[in-house]
Amino acid sequence: MRLIHDIPGGIHPPERKALSRPGQLRELPLPNRLVLPMRQHIGAPASPIVKEGDRVLGGQCIAEATTSMSVAVHAPTSGTIARIGAHPIAHASGLDDLCIELETDGSDQWLSHSGVTDYRAQSPETLMAHIQQAGIAGLGGAGFPTAVKLLARERGPIETLIINGTECEPYITADDTLMQCEASAIIEGAQILAYIVGAANIVIAVEDNKPDALAAMTAAAGDDIEVATFPTKYPSGGEKQLITILTGKEVPRGGIPADIGIVCQNPGTAVAVRDAIVHGKPLTHRVITLTGEALTSPGNVRAPLGTPVETLMEFAGFQPPMHPRVIHGGPMMGFALASLAAPVIKTTNCLLAPTPDELPLPQPAQACIRCGLCAEACPASLLPQQLYWYAQAKDQQQLEKHHLFDCIECGACAWVCPSNIPLVQYYRASKAYVVDARQEKQRSENAMHRFEARQSRVAHEAQEREAKRAERKAAAAAKAAASGEDPVQAAIARAAARKAAQAETADEPGDPS
Amino acid sequence: MLSNDPLLAALLALLSLGIIFGALLGFASVRFRAEGNPLAEQVNGILPQTQCGQCGYPGCRPYAEAIVDGDAINKCPPGGEDTIQALADLLDVEPLPLDAEHGVEKEKLVAYIREAECIGCTKCIQACPVDAILGAAKLMHTVIADECTGCDLCVDPCPVDCIDMIPRHSGIAHWHWQLPSKTTGIIASDRAAA
Repeated sequence: MRLIHDIPGGIHPPERKALSRPGQLRELPLPNRLVLPMRQHIGAPASPIVKEGDRVLGGQCIAEATTSMSVAVHAPTSGTIARIGAHPIAHASGLDDLCIELETDGSDQWLSHSGVTDYRAQSPETLMAHIQQAGIAGLGGAGFPTAVKLLARERGPIETLIINGTECEPYITADDTLMQCEASAIIEGAQILAYIVGAANIVIAVEDNKPDALAAMTAAAGDDIEVATFPTKYPSGGEKQLITILTGKEVPRGGIPADIGIVCQNPGTAVAVRDAIVHGKPLTHRVITLTGEALTSPGNVRAPLGTPVETLMEFAGFQPPMHPRVIHGGPMMGFALASLAAPVIKTTNCLLAPTPDELPLPQPAQACIRCGLCAEACPASLLPQQLYWYAQAKDQQQLEKHHLFDCIECGACAWVCPSNIPLVQYYRASKAYVVDARQEKQRSENAMHRFEARQSRVAHEAQEREAKRAERKAAAAAKAAASGEDPVQAAIARAAARKAAQAETADEPGDPS
Repeated sequence: MLSNDPLLAALLALLSLGIIFGALLGFASVRFRAEGNPLAEQVNGILPQTQCGQCGYPGCRPYAEAIVDGDAINKCPPGGEDTIQALADLLDVEPLPLDAEHGVEKEKLVAYIREAECIGCTKCIQACPVDAILGAAKLMHTVIADECTGCDLCVDPCPVDCIDMIPRHSGIAHWHWQLPSKTTGIIASDRAAA
């Protein structure tokens, strides 16, 4: 039995997980149109390799990774490429971005695909290349390219692989459902991941509010894989928080879990890796929780990536209240979608359609009363109140000194704030401000060096010209001295002779000039 | 004799001390002379290095030197309020609002050459203070966007007006959260509509 540690702070918001009936997984009827954004992960967007009008099959790569920090996008079914262009996407900005729109033909024909027969016979590099080509990015919510995360072993030996089935955010039950329905696939995926990073131990972490998932995972895990459970608290599922809970160790500031020999992966990612390696099947579908009291039939659904949110809402019986809101992600860290035409992407774990009574809009922010509840709630042991003041003052030095970048944006501080201050938004804006200021500093130093280099070059060129002129002058003087005649007198004499000649021609009669 | 005249003794002692320390200070001021003005260096580090000349000086360093000599700190539109605040902190003076005579704070721009229209006259290359334009006579020119400071100095010399100033940051990749607005959201339906 593993010794479970506690993390500082944390909150216990109403869980509301039963609403989406975890454990029951439905399949979505094939939508008529899929919209596949090029930016479904952190890093560089993928680049389209198909043209409008092309016919594609399921599993066909339609956009390739542009850099190592990028992943490919595949067609989830067969059909015709209808359009490549800007389309609303699921992003906090509400801006449009490049998408490939696929008109599905209903026949769902797939490219033939076959996996690796024995992954242990392959090198980890080969398997990582398969993972990148299969378009796998972390399905937990951040969307970090999985192949890049697996490079962790280059930073030192990895002892433990943690499959993070914590799913601590209220309402969301996608991982819970996946653990109940596909426990053996998760285990198989975890074994492949452990082989790639060279981890000897695998720990499956499940919060104690998911007894069914825990039972299913324990049954599937066998003897060599440990299934750990621990008390429910938000945000135990944060990568760094989970590591502290399970091991008592802390990830160093500015470091990654690999620095202490740990790699974390989401259960959904483990299944995607298994499908890619064992079946050669790219990531084209995912489990999404459709929940909220504005839905008449909430639940978990396996949907093709690119399904418009409105299609899913219709499927779940959306009864739009006044001022309807659909939140992408959970109630703590998610954001309201600007348009329901936006499609679901690799990081969409939940679509929450609450009624106004269920999840009221935030009240207007009042003044900070310095109560300190936020500092008690912060799982990263920061001082949210101080950060709030420095964020308002845009005091870059103090923000960095108070470890702004250790903030995981979990929203616990804003949740406990009696003055309804949107603290997380202050930190997100401040992070962007600090990053921007650093880049500007870099740019301005660069510009200063270039300006100075140019100044000295221009001065040098002027000096050279001056030197050449002086040289020519000296040469002319030397020449004149050698021939023994005064160049000025000679020039005057030449000018006088020319004048005389001109006067002569002008005197000649019959000349029209 | 000195022992009889304490006043003279004191005077002599002070005089000789004065001569010794004076000589030491004089030696130190020659031996350890600081190259340039260190304060101007610091001021220059705060200025945005656009080299745009909107302050009326030919570049950021000349303006930095002028500030040290007592010029106003609010003549730099590209730096904006942040730069004025930083200068005020450094020099311990009151931060002033940006002097509108020299321009207003705008979003960050970069020059963009419409390459089909460029005739290859090299005039913009000569105007660029940071050598961010690439090209040669009668050949197309282009701007190295990462090096461009957005100073605007290449736009006027262009005889065919083929240079545009476009926003440096646009699109979803450069979007980021803004600080929450303090004024809106008192009425619930306003917040819902927003």
